[in-house]
Amino acid sequence: MLLSRVLEEKLGSLYRAGGRIVGGVYLGKGQEAFSAALGVQLRKGKDVYAPLIRDQAGRIAFGEPIIDTVRTYLGAVTGPMRGRDGNIHRGRPKEGHMAMISHLGSMLAVASGALFARRLAGRLGDSVGATSIGDGGTSTGAFHEGLNMAAVEKLPMIVSVANNQYAYSTPNTRQYACENLVDRALGYGVEGVTVDATDLASCLKAFRAAVARARAGGGPQMVVGTLLRLSGHGEHDDASYIPDKARQGPNARDCLQVAEEFACAHGWMTPAEVRELHEEVRRTVDQTVSKVSKEPTPDPYKENWQALSCAELVEGQYKA
Amino acid sequence: MSITYLEAIREAQYEALRSDPSVFLYGQDIATFGGAFKATKNLSREFPDRVFDAPISEDAMIGMAVGAAVEGARPIVEMQFADFSSIGFNQIINQAATLYWRTNVPCPITIRMPSGGTAGSGPFHSQSMEAIYAHYPGLVIVTPATVEDAYWMLLDSVEINDPVVFCEHKFLYYHLKADRIGDRELPIGKARIARPGRHATIVTYSAMVHEALRAAEELQLDGYQIEVVDLRSVKPMDTDTILASVARTGRLLALGEAFPWGGVTAEIIARVTTEGFHLLDAPPMRLNSKDTPIPYHPNLWKAHRPTTATIAAALRTLLRH
Ligand SMILES: Cc1ncc(C[n+]2csc(CCOP(=O)(O)OP(=O)(O)O)c2C)c(N)n1
Ligand SMILES: [Mg+2]
Repeated sequence: MLLSRVLEEKLGSLYRAGGRIVGGVYLGKGQEAFSAALGVQLRKGKDVYAPLIRDQAGRIAFGEPIIDTVRTYLGAVTGPMRGRDGNIHRGRPKEGHMAMISHLGSMLAVASGALFARRLAGRLGDSVGATSIGDGGTSTGAFHEGLNMAAVEKLPMIVSVANNQYAYSTPNTRQYACENLVDRALGYGVEGVTVDATDLASCLKAFRAAVARARAGGGPQMVVGTLLRLSGHGEHDDASYIPDKARQGPNARDCLQVAEEFACAHGWMTPAEVRELHEEVRRTVDQTVSKVSKEPTPDPYKENWQALSCAELVEGQYKA
Repeated sequence: MSITYLEAIREAQYEALRSDPSVFLYGQDIATFGGAFKATKNLSREFPDRVFDAPISEDAMIGMAVGAAVEGARPIVEMQFADFSSIGFNQIINQAATLYWRTNVPCPITIRMPSGGTAGSGPFHSQSMEAIYAHYPGLVIVTPATVEDAYWMLLDSVEINDPVVFCEHKFLYYHLKADRIGDRELPIGKARIARPGRHATIVTYSAMVHEALRAAEELQLDGYQIEVVDLRSVKPMDTDTILASVARTGRLLALGEAFPWGGVTAEIIARVTTEGFHLLDAPPMRLNSKDTPIPYHPNLWKAHRPTTATIAAALRTLLRH
């Protein structure tokens, strides 16, 4: 959580400084607990994870090294996306980390497909799939189709819904008309729970239980987290449309602060140790960014411009 | 006082709402927020009953517009990015595009699509979808390249009794400015000679018009006068103006930002070679983006799309023939 927060703050400042990051920066501030609580349940190489916009923390918890994030944001050729795609649109599918496309809702079926094929090949074992969506993303046909299909196929899929009250500027009142998003679970025939997503302990408990149920053959599990997006939609957005009342409400609690206070209250850490940890994490992030900054950016003459893996099928007239 | 391409789009929507009570606006984040690009800034304040935030449901957004059109409304639907219109594809090409032909009931909807590439936007926020939609009968596809056309062609689109896909180029939103919006000059379906010339013709549209004009400037230094034809609408395509230009110059470069397979540039070449083969003094040329998804990193993005330099190089090859 802390690593995610510090890394994202750094990305935000690089964005504001201009030049290094071209294109948008999308942060998960306030959503780290909810995101990481799912990520830590998953085992890289065994489980399938299809994260979304605000899942930096979950990706780290899943095992993505932060250098992958930095390389993707800076478009380094050394990164997993090689400058071809950027920012949050990254992954290593062969390690079970699906690379999201922008079109919301589209990843759920893809994660399902990976599980489906494993089951077909008799090697599903105890692996599970997990994907994230926002309140807004639940309005897509793709989300509906994907969840219905996962339910029909009874796949061990965890669907995490970060209800941060807004989709870009659009409040939930313009997004859906049901009382609680979790009510939808019933309609799909899947189990659903709601959790206070500002509280790490509750998130951990909810996701651990959901993963266990999925693993035990209970089919897809929906976990809805209630929270508030503590950043703009992207760093270009000041989110002035979020009223003060919401910013001061219970959903606006900073999950990181809550978790740190919790750790101190239980005597697991002292405030001084927390501060030290912040410093250490900051150094790690700075070192990573400075390392990546020296790495080569893509060279169009070295890029092979091949969108097909079968090079012989790339039409000659369109070759670089 | 000057007005940008983006402001012209906003002004046109204001005018459409003001002059025709059957117009309403539907799109994600377009009400209080004024849209991801601010193309509907303050419109919900002026017309609170006719500007609505939509859920993230492109399929339903287009379907809803079609139903409303049957009832006599003239909806303008904003896709947040043209790329997301793929989610509404079914409703656009099967519902909107076929309605009139099947039922004799026209479908006056306008679908605004923020199109085209900008640096750092990557594969899913950069696409040019005009050729995809132009392929389907029953749709009008407009691709304004100037502030004036952004304004007047949007008003025209709303007035047209058929579904119009309005491809507005994001690269032009802030860069392109005019002192004022001039008079309505050409109707949809008529191309414009953006620059007269006599040695070669570039036929293009949308943001590429400006790259073409810069390349033409460059070639002027070598003594060549390049004619630039701005199609304005890719469907209907003004074949007469294209042929007349090629008749003057004898040489053709079809230029577009979209992917190279098929598409608008292929259509231009097909029309000129089938209807005006005798006018050509050299094999016609095409220039498009590369045949890969649109890259994120600016180094790659700049090499992926046609630029002034690659257009100028193509022109030199064309002129050597
Ligand atoms: C199909 C589709 N339409 C539109 C968009 C543009 N868009 C990107 S993020 C976003 C808002 C998402 O809101 P939500 O799902 O609540 O996630 P949050 O950003 O709040 O985490 C929109 C409209 C998109 N990515 N995909
Ligand atoms: Mg949201």
